Amino acid sequence: MQIDSGDTTWILVSSALVLMMTPALGFFYGGMVRKKNILSTLNLSFIIICLISVQWVLFGYSLSFGSDVGGLIGGLDFLGFSGVGPEPAKIAPTIPHMLFAAFQMMFAIITPALITGAFVERIRFKTFLVFSLLWATLIYDPVCHWVWGPGGILGADGLGALDFAGGTVVHITAGFSALAFALAIGPRKGFGNATFGPNNIPFTVLGAGLLWMGWFGFNGGSALAADGLAVNALVTTNTAAAAAGCVWMILSWLDNKPSVLGIVTGAVVGLVAVTPGAGFVSPLGALVIGALAAPISYYAIKYIKGRNLVDESLDVFACHGLGGLWGALATGLFATTAVNAGGVDGLFYGNPSQFFNQLGASFLVIVFSFGVTFVVAKVLDAVMGIRVSKNAEEAGLDISEHAERAYS
Amino acid sequence: MTKKIEAIIREEKLDDVKAALQEIGIVGMNVSEIRGHGRQGGISLAGRSGTYKVDLLPKIQINIVLSDHNVEKTIKTIRESALTGEQGDGVIFIYPVDEVIRVRTGERGKKALMYEGDIDSR
Repeated sequence: MQIDSGDTTWILVSSALVLMMTPALGFFYGGMVRKKNILSTLNLSFIIICLISVQWVLFGYSLSFGSDVGGLIGGLDFLGFSGVGPEPAKIAPTIPHMLFAAFQMMFAIITPALITGAFVERIRFKTFLVFSLLWATLIYDPVCHWVWGPGGILGADGLGALDFAGGTVVHITAGFSALAFALAIGPRKGFGNATFGPNNIPFTVLGAGLLWMGWFGFNGGSALAADGLAVNALVTTNTAAAAAGCVWMILSWLDNKPSVLGIVTGAVVGLVAVTPGAGFVSPLGALVIGALAAPISYYAIKYIKGRNLVDESLDVFACHGLGGLWGALATGLFATTAVNAGGVDGLFYGNPSQFFNQLGASFLVIVFSFGVTFVVAKVLDAVMGIRVSKNAEEAGLDISEHAERAYS
Repeated sequence: MTKKIEAIIREEKLDDVKAALQEIGIVGMNVSEIRGHGRQGGISLAGRSGTYKVDLLPKIQINIVLSDHNVEKTIKTIRESALTGEQGDGVIFIYPVDEVIRVRTGERGKKALMYEGDIDSR
């Protein structure tokens, strides 16, 4: 097939939109920590852009999308982007191969950045850098290959699980890894007694707004073409976010007043939940997916925080882990070939087996992400320590890890 | 004799209190943003999910130094202008002041305290 300039343009724009989501995530998270840790939190997202961009070009892309090795990992044929050029990509025949690789790079970047919400305000920066590189290489790249890579065990060539834009690859991996890391690093000092109020909710609102916009590239771009499927993905994305924001507002209202922090969190949870199904479900399907995602995450946060079970600080597990899991399963319910002739029908359209494909794929990715992250975190803790000293934590990571102050 | 009035009031009452004090001729004051709580204890804020408690609330502290005989009038003015009737309206402390020195001129005592036309010079 020939390169299509319309498709190429849209994926170029989508790449930029998805890149923007990572600093946006920094603001989303940065607003919720204490004043003494805001720079540290912004930086955890920003440095990931630098770190993973390099990893992806050198070997990450090859491990994810290189020629298949046993269904588990990509080969080394694309090391350093060799052989990745302007010719049409096999996997996306109307855009340049290098554009496909660049678009995918943005997904590889934001996924480890999502995890940072689990360990903000206490993570040792040096160890974080090592962890993120290991995580991208040991978890993201393989799972990406399983689901989207040629010959992967979970995708079209394997189990047949549907994941349009990263419900399993991005949100389940990040969410369950966040839970594992939070358990490994332990709670922030004073957790359960002191109040960890957000320092700047306007930053969180700004971040959520930019995430929402960026998500049009995330899900819309995952059509890998500027076509009706991309439009469907954009509309389902917007609908799910809107529905989840409305429902979260109501839940928050029932408990107190309609919290702004809650409403924007709800919208993000809706975006997470619709990600795997964006190109397989109808707008009305997306509405139900978003509306039901809100109570799942809302009550998960309330339960976890209310009982001080684990200091999963910025609720990455509740929002991305559970939101992603619900989205992956819901795709097995609501998917319909009326929306995407290249997809499959879900349980509500007469194909119950797809639900179990989704369940199986999710289960494997959950166990793998949680297990490997926990082991890596524990090993790093033994080798170099994963958290800062008590004094450094009290002073805040801006001063103790970066010798900077956000405000003076 | 000279006294210092330290009034802790609601943030949102600052403009009313300032205007009322100007009305009775108080020219010099300084104001700081503080946090604290009294019997009110704190409030519950809406969080991401459910509520969380904040026990130190933002308050305004006004410091005024003036002559003894103006103290009661000033207290009355602050109370009237800062009142909502709800818990959290604040508290007023009065301290004796040993000496007042104006930095620019080196003047001391009553001279240093007064501004032309203010409550102490009337």
